[in-house]
Amino acid sequence: MDLLEFAKGPALQVAAYILVAGSIWRLIGILLLKEKPDYSEPRQSAGLLAALKVIYTRSFTAAPFKAATLYPKMLAYVMHIGLFATVFLFVPHIMFFEGFLGIEWPGLPNNIIYLLGVAAVVASFALLVRRLTSPVLKLISNFDDYFSWFVTVLPLITGLMIPVRMGLRYETILAIHILSVALLMIWLPFGKLGHTFLVFVTRGTTGMVFERRGAKT
Amino acid sequence: MKRTPTVGEVLRAKGVSRRGFLKYCATTASILALPPSMIPRIAEAIENARRPSVIWLSFQECTGCTESLTRSASPTVEGLIFDTISLDYHHTLQAAAGDQAEAARHAAMVENDGGYLVLVDGSIPTGNPGFSTIAGISNVDMLKETVAGAAAVVAIGSCAAFGGIPGANPNPTGAVSVMDLVTDKPVINVPGCPPIPTVMTAVLAHFLTFGAIPDLDKHGRPMTFFGTTIHDRCYRRPFYEQGKFANTFDDEGAKAGWCLYKLGCKGPTTYNACATAKWNSGTSFPIEAGHPCLGCSEPNFWDAGGFYEPLSTGNFDSGEKLAGAAVAGVALGAVAAAAGRRRQAKFTKEG
Repeated sequence: MDLLEFAKGPALQVAAYILVAGSIWRLIGILLLKEKPDYSEPRQSAGLLAALKVIYTRSFTAAPFKAATLYPKMLAYVMHIGLFATVFLFVPHIMFFEGFLGIEWPGLPNNIIYLLGVAAVVASFALLVRRLTSPVLKLISNFDDYFSWFVTVLPLITGLMIPVRMGLRYETILAIHILSVALLMIWLPFGKLGHTFLVFVTRGTTGMVFERRGAKT
Repeated sequence: MKRTPTVGEVLRAKGVSRRGFLKYCATTASILALPPSMIPRIAEAIENARRPSVIWLSFQECTGCTESLTRSASPTVEGLIFDTISLDYHHTLQAAAGDQAEAARHAAMVENDGGYLVLVDGSIPTGNPGFSTIAGISNVDMLKETVAGAAAVVAIGSCAAFGGIPGANPNPTGAVSVMDLVTDKPVINVPGCPPIPTVMTAVLAHFLTFGAIPDLDKHGRPMTFFGTTIHDRCYRRPFYEQGKFANTFDDEGAKAGWCLYKLGCKGPTTYNACATAKWNSGTSFPIEAGHPCLGCSEPNFWDAGGFYEPLSTGNFDSGEKLAGAAVAGVALGAVAAAAGRRRQAKFTKEG
């Protein structure tokens, strides 16, 4: 078994088992927690609509913070959109998903994907520089932040290296890319990358709590 | 002993003009990635080279490699160069049979001891010696006996180079490649199912010119021909970058000649010269004929996933295991939530 066969086979399989088991573990573990008793009088009824509203409104910065957070917010958007496009709209990736989902969807031309991928990497490094240079951010950052950054950026970089090749053989760099994705899949449920599947759960919960208390959302 | 004619003499006798010969040398220099200044040296070396004695051994094979070489466009100079080697033993092509054939092999080995080339097609069974025999001799024994006095060994085709189809899972005969058995002689792998005739003759031309084997990659293949992927040299590559793919063999994309990646093309991971050297006198190569590359010049190509599965398809063994992982996740989550609730209750009580 060569490196590529290992990466496409056992490495991806184990990573997928951990991703699925870990994500469901985290979700169930949180969803089954007992709600804190709220003895205050409900100001408004807190339904699903309240949750959806906050899921939407929290995608944008509140007016008073707009100027202060414009730069990191912009970078975060570039990074997330770039990451989404490279993962889900790159045709070879769509073929990968189709391999086990059985459905496919339209992709973007590779050259546009490369462009978005480079933008995502640049934005990620800019965000890292910001984290390392801002005293406050530096203070509240721990291993999880840096490692999560690393395992997210690594597949982007190794993926972009495939067309460039960098002196490596195609199958070698492809294997390294898949292994870096496996590392991301293994880490994703357990660190701060858990926001991939928790972000809308937490936002929705916040929305419902705030609505109940009559806070402006 | 009878004087062996030089390659130049043989070519002249066959009516090859000086111009035609130099054109071949220039082409050879080009495909070997050598500078034009090497053309006179190639011409001189090939012209004056004694006809090298070649012993061709066919083991577990389908004769496709020989078909490929003998049917290489006739009458090209490449073909004639191939004719000029002294092919002293070859099952399919020799007139002799039985004891006479074996006697020819032994005579070639004795007369050219230390200087002959052994070309092998087919893999070698290491299980029961009776799986494949020639004149009552097992393939392993014949290979070892023949290569003992050889200058170099050329493994022709993927079976000889990597075990090929006989070596594919479950490999009932215990088939191995030439380089698995020959470790004390230079081995050049010219894989492919079958290999490209031009590549074969160019490897011989290199050996005649320099008296040495060309630079090889990690799989023992000449770098000149196996240094880049089919994908890198494919004329359909721009369509890959533009995201234009054929989805089926008869859709509009296929008719327009778009990239065959979605139809399982293994071009990105296959190192060979098909896209540049091409087949049938440079007519075309499989992708040009509308079929994805099967990756036949790569080790274990037969077992490397479905021919028509896109390269990026993961090798997940079963959805059941993933479902099992999901169930495990639910169980772990329930346990974690129960522990969390106990902690919550404790805090509430204390608070």
